Amino acid sequence: MSKAKVATIWLDGCSGCHMSFLDLDERLIELSEKMDLVYSPLVDFKEFPEDVDVTLVEGSVSNEGDLHKILQVRERSRILVSLGDCAVTGNVPGMRNAIGVEPLFTRAYNQNVTLHPQKPHGAVPALLDTVKPVHQVVPVDVIVAGCPPSASTIYYVVSELLAGRLPELETHTRFGA
Amino acid sequence: MNLDELESTAAREREQCAGQKCRLRVCTGTGCASAGSDRLTEALRQRAKERGLEGEVTVTEVGCLGLCAEGPLVKVDATDTLYQNVTPNLADNVLDSLTGEAAGITVCNEKQPFFTRQNRVVLENAGYIESDRIESYIARDGYRALLHVLAEMSPADVVAAITQSGLRGRGGAGYPTGLKWSTVAKATGPRKYVVCNGDEGDPGAFMDRSVMEDDPHRVLEGMAIAAYAVGANHGYIYVRAEYPRAIKRLKTAISRAERQGLLGSSIAGTSFSFTIDLRVGAGAFVCGEETALIASVQGNRGTPRPRPPYPAMSGLWGCPTLINNVETLGSIAPIIRCGAPWYAGIGTEKSHGTKVFCLTGAIKNTGLIEVPMGITLREIVFDIGGGIPNGGTFKAVQTGGPSGGCIPEKYLDMPVDYESLREVGSIMGSGGMIVMDQTSCMVDVARFFMEFCMSESCGKCIPCRVGTAEMYKLLTRIATGEANMNDLAKLEELCEMVRETSLCGLGQSAPNPVISTLRYFRDEYLAHVNEGVCPAGVCPMNARKGVTTHA
Amino acid sequence: MPETLTSSEVVTLTINGQEVSARTDETIMEVAEEQGIRIPALCHISGLSDIGACRLCVVEIQGSPKLQPACVTRVSEGMTVSTHTDRLRAHRRTIVEMLFAERNHVCSVCVSNGHCDLQNLAVECGMQEVTLPYLAPKLQVDASHKRFVMDPNRCVMCTRCVRVCDEIEGAHTWDIMGRGVDSRVITDLGKPWGESDTCTSCGKCVQVCPTGALFEKGVSVAEMTKRRQFLPYLKTMREVPK
Repeated sequence: MSKAKVATIWLDGCSGCHMSFLDLDERLIELSEKMDLVYSPLVDFKEFPEDVDVTLVEGSVSNEGDLHKILQVRERSRILVSLGDCAVTGNVPGMRNAIGVEPLFTRAYNQNVTLHPQKPHGAVPALLDTVKPVHQVVPVDVIVAGCPPSASTIYYVVSELLAGRLPELETHTRFGA
Repeated sequence: MNLDELESTAAREREQCAGQKCRLRVCTGTGCASAGSDRLTEALRQRAKERGLEGEVTVTEVGCLGLCAEGPLVKVDATDTLYQNVTPNLADNVLDSLTGEAAGITVCNEKQPFFTRQNRVVLENAGYIESDRIESYIARDGYRALLHVLAEMSPADVVAAITQSGLRGRGGAGYPTGLKWSTVAKATGPRKYVVCNGDEGDPGAFMDRSVMEDDPHRVLEGMAIAAYAVGANHGYIYVRAEYPRAIKRLKTAISRAERQGLLGSSIAGTSFSFTIDLRVGAGAFVCGEETALIASVQGNRGTPRPRPPYPAMSGLWGCPTLINNVETLGSIAPIIRCGAPWYAGIGTEKSHGTKVFCLTGAIKNTGLIEVPMGITLREIVFDIGGGIPNGGTFKAVQTGGPSGGCIPEKYLDMPVDYESLREVGSIMGSGGMIVMDQTSCMVDVARFFMEFCMSESCGKCIPCRVGTAEMYKLLTRIATGEANMNDLAKLEELCEMVRETSLCGLGQSAPNPVISTLRYFRDEYLAHVNEGVCPAGVCPMNARKGVTTHA
Repeated sequence: MPETLTSSEVVTLTINGQEVSARTDETIMEVAEEQGIRIPALCHISGLSDIGACRLCVVEIQGSPKLQPACVTRVSEGMTVSTHTDRLRAHRRTIVEMLFAERNHVCSVCVSNGHCDLQNLAVECGMQEVTLPYLAPKLQVDASHKRFVMDPNRCVMCTRCVRVCDEIEGAHTWDIMGRGVDSRVITDLGKPWGESDTCTSCGKCVQVCPTGALFEKGVSVAEMTKRRQFLPYLKTMREVPK
């Protein structure tokens, strides 16, 4: 039997969910018998492959780069998992929504800078007006709340998906915890 | 004042009016006043004085003559002519018309359906009496009903008469008035109260305002009869602060009635006492809801509370309280005077009597009308209203304000009564009737009413507080071309949920404008969502950038 | 015999298919609790007056066209109540969702993380994600009080603080201003909390607050636990037998 193709991507988040994923420790070895990690910030592939079975998304959709990525990832993934509060609620990146992009830039790049205050331009993707959770941009199949979700939760989610079942999380995960 | 004194006052007043050689009645209703009728009155008096006609010409300010679209209106009794669009600079032309041919001013045809198809019961005095003079009201049979009730009827008789008349609450919901009265009459408590709900707040509605401004004594008389029937000795009139003229005139009316012994202690020499206080609201729409109104009168924050207990059992300060709308109370005196069977004979099987509407929007004859129940919408819009101006085509008529719905052309031949309107997804409401032509976008209309509900939500219960804001946000997405089908589905889901779970009528009915426009004009919503077009060309549709959103 | 017992009678009703007996002065919520049926609620807290505002506890009553809040609806003979139908579950989920969409609830950085009634409700009602647009209002934190902080970003407008301050402490420092989504709880007609003339600094409001909207200074993320034992205690002690 061929192994399932699993990918993870990192949008606007702190990488904590990926750290939690790494906290699977020896269970990673067990999972690796059933899956190949075909794309991830943890491995060195440049292009998101076609035809991925499961993609875990960390982080919210905050800038044009995130938007571009998530649209492509959605198209190329059979099952899309929102992993962690940033992907599910916007969480800490979303706290800027009440402030607005312009005042945020002024505060961060003008008022808080003593040498050459200037707004970022060109090299970095522009921020979107509002930070959005992934499911408010593309359809999401599995929602895993938590900041970050525990290694056991991630293990449960991935094993269930690899076994061809949708994990039941409704009353097992919570925001923040 | 007893019946004899009342009659002699009436006779004196009638005589005096008859003695006036030439009486000019200038409409000071909402529409005409904003068109400059105050200045016209002044100009007429001034010019009459200058022309030495002071003794002959009497200029009186009266209530709404009805056809607001053509205001200011002036009725000349001597020649029995109604003039329209009489701007202040035309004062001389009016005075000229008394002695010769009318030139330079337009005669208003009083034979047109706008006037002939109406049946004025609550508005019977509008255009005839001077609101600040109690004699003027008495001359038109004012306070006869009250004195008759006190002398000849037991409280139970009065309740029975109102029940027999088939009168239903004119504030919107149409609860049988007689039933409400009998509940309060039978309830026990240390005191009872009668409250007149004058917190009219629907956009485009000014029925109650007209009654309170033009015929304040009618409201007082209705309240006094109600108080006698249910056993109350104290009443409140709750008026919104945005109606300063109504407040002023009601205050004057209360003090005049008290001076004449028609309010206060031992009315007409009987053991019945009834006093009325005015309470001015701060203009919150939700205070039209009974329990919120009670909170506001008691000096608390105007928010509703769950019912039961109903105000009829536990209202003001926990006492049984009868709350009726202005128009309902305005119907009481005629019912007593002319008899319950007469009133019950007007209208349909389940909706009796007449209803006052404010006809506004894309219609020729905007104005204040009173029609028998059971008249069709088509008669109101096309006969009385004169149809759509500027060659436009009819699209929908909105009744019931922010709690009502939009009714499309196919239901125009439906009779206007509580049940029929509910069946097609609207409500009778308090009487706002907004006609819309092809230039109106139904998404925009729904969004307008949702914005109203959002800003008028008191914020107490979550479904109404957040639900109206969320529905407004989704409607805005649709109107700016940002929405997708998920947004539309979400909107429909919210409509259902807010309707079922909100605490009071405001929240429960807030989705109605959306539900009814979705029901009859779904294609317009779909054009916004799928094609990014507003068919009527009203919505901005500016945010369509190809960004897909899924919530 | 105490007077209160004579005025109510015992009736039989059905809750979720189960026949139960109850006194007519009991609410559906109270009777359900006795039967071990938990009806989700937010504005309701035992010991304070009920206002039927959060609408989470609405139940279906056979023959009634409208849903009724269990916290203020008294039982009656023959009543048939359903507390957890699919329709009610869906409505409750949406209500919780609305609360998360209304203000800025960022659980991961909240002092009440892990001890929060709103978080618990999300789990209880199976609310996994907010499908409604976030309203993201900009709100100022009031840290002017020497011991407590008010963070309106976490406030759900349950008005428990308003009621405990009025009904138990008798200070009536808290009240509500504004309308609709713009309504806010305020201290002393909108003065900063620290400048309040009426606040006794008793902290009851902080303890009854379901979320991290009111908390003690000096606590960090997830460190704020609320102590509510005083409420039933005070209520019981104040119920002087007639």
